[in-house]
Amino acid sequence: MPEQFQPDQQVDRVADIHGTRTPHAKGTVWPARVDQYLDPGVEESDVERWVQSACLLCSNGCGVDIAVKAGAMVGVRGRATDVVNHGRLGPKGLYGSTRWASAGDRLTTPLVRQGGRLVESDWETAMGRIVERSRALLDEKGPLSHGFYTSGQLFLEEYYALAVIGKAGIGTPHMDGNTRLCTATAAAAFKESFGADGQPGSYTDIEHCDAVFLYGHNMPETQTVLWARILDRTRGDDPPVVVCVDPRRTLVAREAERTGGVHLAPRVGTNLALMNGLTRELFEHGWVDDDWVAAHTLGVDDLREVVAPFTPERVATVCGVDADDVRRAARIFGESGSVLSTVLQGFYQSHQATAASVAVNNLHLLRGMIGRPGAGILQMNGQPTAQNNRECGADGDLPGFRNWDNEAHVKQLAEAWDVDPMVIPHWAPPTHAMQIFSYAETGSIGFLWISATNPAVSMPEAARIRRILQGDQCFVVVQDLFLTETAELADVVLPAAGWGEKTGCFTNVNRTVHLSEQAVEPPGEARSDLDIFLMYADRMGFTNQSGQPLISWRTSEEVFDAWAAVTAGRPVDYTGLSYEKLRGPSGIPWPVNDEHPDGTDRLYADAVFPTDTDVCETYGHDLATGGTVSEAEHRASAPAGRAFLKGAAYSPPHELPSDDFPLLYTTGRTVYHFHTRTKTGRSRDLDRAAPDAWVELSAHDAAERGIEEGDWVRVESPRGAIEVRARVGQVMPGAVFAPFHYGHWQPDADAAPDAGHRLANELTMTVWDPVSKQPTFKTAACQVTRLRDGDGPAPAPTTAASAPAGPSRRRPRPTAGGGPTTSQVLAETPTYPLDPAQGDS
Amino acid sequence: MPHLTTYLGLADRSEETLADSFRAIGEGHADVADVFHTCGMLAGWSDEHRTALAPVVERYGEAEVDEPDRLHAAGLAEARPGEIGLLRDLQDLHVLASLVQTTWMVVAQGAQGLRDPELLRVAQEAGEQTARQITWLGTRIKVAAPQALIVAP
Ligand code: SF4
Repeated sequence: MPEQFQPDQQVDRVADIHGTRTPHAKGTVWPARVDQYLDPGVEESDVERWVQSACLLCSNGCGVDIAVKAGAMVGVRGRATDVVNHGRLGPKGLYGSTRWASAGDRLTTPLVRQGGRLVESDWETAMGRIVERSRALLDEKGPLSHGFYTSGQLFLEEYYALAVIGKAGIGTPHMDGNTRLCTATAAAAFKESFGADGQPGSYTDIEHCDAVFLYGHNMPETQTVLWARILDRTRGDDPPVVVCVDPRRTLVAREAERTGGVHLAPRVGTNLALMNGLTRELFEHGWVDDDWVAAHTLGVDDLREVVAPFTPERVATVCGVDADDVRRAARIFGESGSVLSTVLQGFYQSHQATAASVAVNNLHLLRGMIGRPGAGILQMNGQPTAQNNRECGADGDLPGFRNWDNEAHVKQLAEAWDVDPMVIPHWAPPTHAMQIFSYAETGSIGFLWISATNPAVSMPEAARIRRILQGDQCFVVVQDLFLTETAELADVVLPAAGWGEKTGCFTNVNRTVHLSEQAVEPPGEARSDLDIFLMYADRMGFTNQSGQPLISWRTSEEVFDAWAAVTAGRPVDYTGLSYEKLRGPSGIPWPVNDEHPDGTDRLYADAVFPTDTDVCETYGHDLATGGTVSEAEHRASAPAGRAFLKGAAYSPPHELPSDDFPLLYTTGRTVYHFHTRTKTGRSRDLDRAAPDAWVELSAHDAAERGIEEGDWVRVESPRGAIEVRARVGQVMPGAVFAPFHYGHWQPDADAAPDAGHRLANELTMTVWDPVSKQPTFKTAACQVTRLRDGDGPAPAPTTAASAPAGPSRRRPRPTAGGGPTTSQVLAETPTYPLDPAQGDS
Repeated sequence: MPHLTTYLGLADRSEETLADSFRAIGEGHADVADVFHTCGMLAGWSDEHRTALAPVVERYGEAEVDEPDRLHAAGLAEARPGEIGLLRDLQDLHVLASLVQTTWMVVAQGAQGLRDPELLRVAQEAGEQTARQITWLGTRIKVAAPQALIVAP
């Protein structure tokens, strides 16, 4: 029996992040492997029900069934028939999905601030306070006094309900979410290149590509199951070559070396210079498909001119990479039959984010490499439901990828909601998160409602965010599962039901929609976010033009159907979807409509893009300044379904190293945690794997400062400092990496002696990309100084990018110790709808 | 060509004024992060226009006659406080940048008449970039206006 068909292996998935390999050849279907985890003491035969859902711990959206026993969630199992994961789950999904739900510190009643303290209360009182404040401000100052800050973790129905409340009930443009921090650049890059948001590619591109480029995307840690899918190609026959762009020597970088690809480690803040260099090489070597470009794009001459100065030598100087490596990477892109590109925070949270991400789209357009299996773009998301926030418009965009600057689009919504178009804010681009917090800082926004996210830890310049939240100038409502660092500062705290405790849909990064059914009852008086929003709408008495309640939905399914109706005719077409259809074997990628009743594996197979002036989601922006293109200018360019090639010149980052702050600071993630650890920190297996913060620096920079593995160090920028232990690791010299997950909350106080001074965002700057408005977490100058001896190695995992550089006096023990999981490779791979490796697509 | 040199002088001086004003306003609103950084970058663009123009000025010579004072616009020495102040400052920059833009237009016309390709290129490229400066100012004014007018403290 070949190795991959061993049944039911017991695996420690903390130690073995990606699980057993199932290698296969190019063009063949990805085998199925079913991963399962059950709480200690629970046998499979004890499970009373398996409830259909999808994993909510990253944007990959793996199909999962929730194990229920005696009214509690006791484990998870990957869904073998799901197109996304073919049964697999990663460490976060396995160990982190359900454990938080029964944590002793769940919020179970509303809290209100009284005499400076948060005290237990009831819904009547808490909602009463919210409504009273909301009404008073609306009367006194009008809708612009209200702001809503959501998440990448709510369900589609919750975003849509809130979008209608905010845009048609109140009429405020001040709505955004944590999505601004994680995924705004993906959306912006799509809009600039293709006219509207929407992932062009599909995960099935992995099975067909000849090369895969990962730009600032540490996929082995952020989307572990997707990386397993790539490994199953690189370890099989006819493997693709991997090219990695990352300042750290991640597992991607090592795979690049292994497959004969290239690892490019550009200096923090110089991505666009590198991208311009790669683009120039395509022109120089005649790797551009001129006919395709002439037929399907606009702007090639301007682009050629913009990138002209970026010779490999110039790139080498600016980025600190080898000129020949730039040539080699470009050649791989230029000569491979099919290239798949993926992009994430290394680009999105960096200087010139949108321009650099658009440059990835440009490379594909120049070669006409889009819309067929293997030739795809995956501009990734961070959070699991970020896509829905973008689609539904709780992030400020208009629902259904409509254009705020297009009166006809606004009118469609006004008709659907039966309100005056003047009510719907569309006089300027929606207010982005950083601006919302600035308005809250001055009291210009006096009512800020935060749902399911933790800005006190996740936003840049943390000290400032805390000041804003705790000040009297703004009334803050926080709705969450736990008393997070943000909730502690609120005026009213509402207990929310979480995943598995409510029903709703969400859509992963490659457009696949899943239904997540309620498995258990929420604890105490906790309610779903949808119910909370509906309660607020009822109490506020919002009405439409006919004098009827603006919002009459009572169930999530009613909201879903209303949402599907409003997407008709838009690129993000849900009209063919229903809860019933989603109860089938697999999630389904949109658009789903009469033309595509079973969904759509990849967009733009016909090379027609939603750029027409009457169709597009935006008329576009100047990538350097963010200045908006007018409708007249857009119309004059007559895009008519052609994609835009847009370029921008490289400009140096906003904060350069100096004598006082000679190093470049960048924040990021580890495989064992999601966001601010609200859920993953409450799983013992994950918490033990990455119990506390650390900072990584190169062996060279460490030696220069007399720092050894595990020593306590102070990392300081012009805005703040942290004191944590040092990992002498695999970042490039001159760069310093800190994980952003750790605030002061700690499941086990003894385990984190630095809990009060380890928050990575103390050091980051308040600055954002001019187009996507995504904050720049990866460009700050800093200094690292040694404080004292450590008493052991740094608490950083050894299994991934945070592995130590080499042997040291304090050698860390290999990260391991996750509870047993089972993993079974299926002898027969199920049939996946739309999979090009299994027939017609 | 006394009037061409006058206009070259005007282009140079008004770009200088615009660059200084972008810097003054950006630094005056340093707490508004995008205004701070974008104004700094746009000031740099105006500097570059002057550098590009310098060899042409050399060729045609400085205007030795007294330029009529009324041709000049005063710059912005310091920022006004608050959200309304920012709105007014951006408007003033918009006015200044418009003067710069029409100046480049006039110079480009002159260059056409003189069949001077170098000057034409300088004037056209600078004019295009000035249009981008104006577009950003317009976008930012639109964003700032409602809040500043209706709810700013
Ligand atoms: S890859 Fe993401 S979605 Fe899949 S199991 Fe892991 S955390 Fe969950």
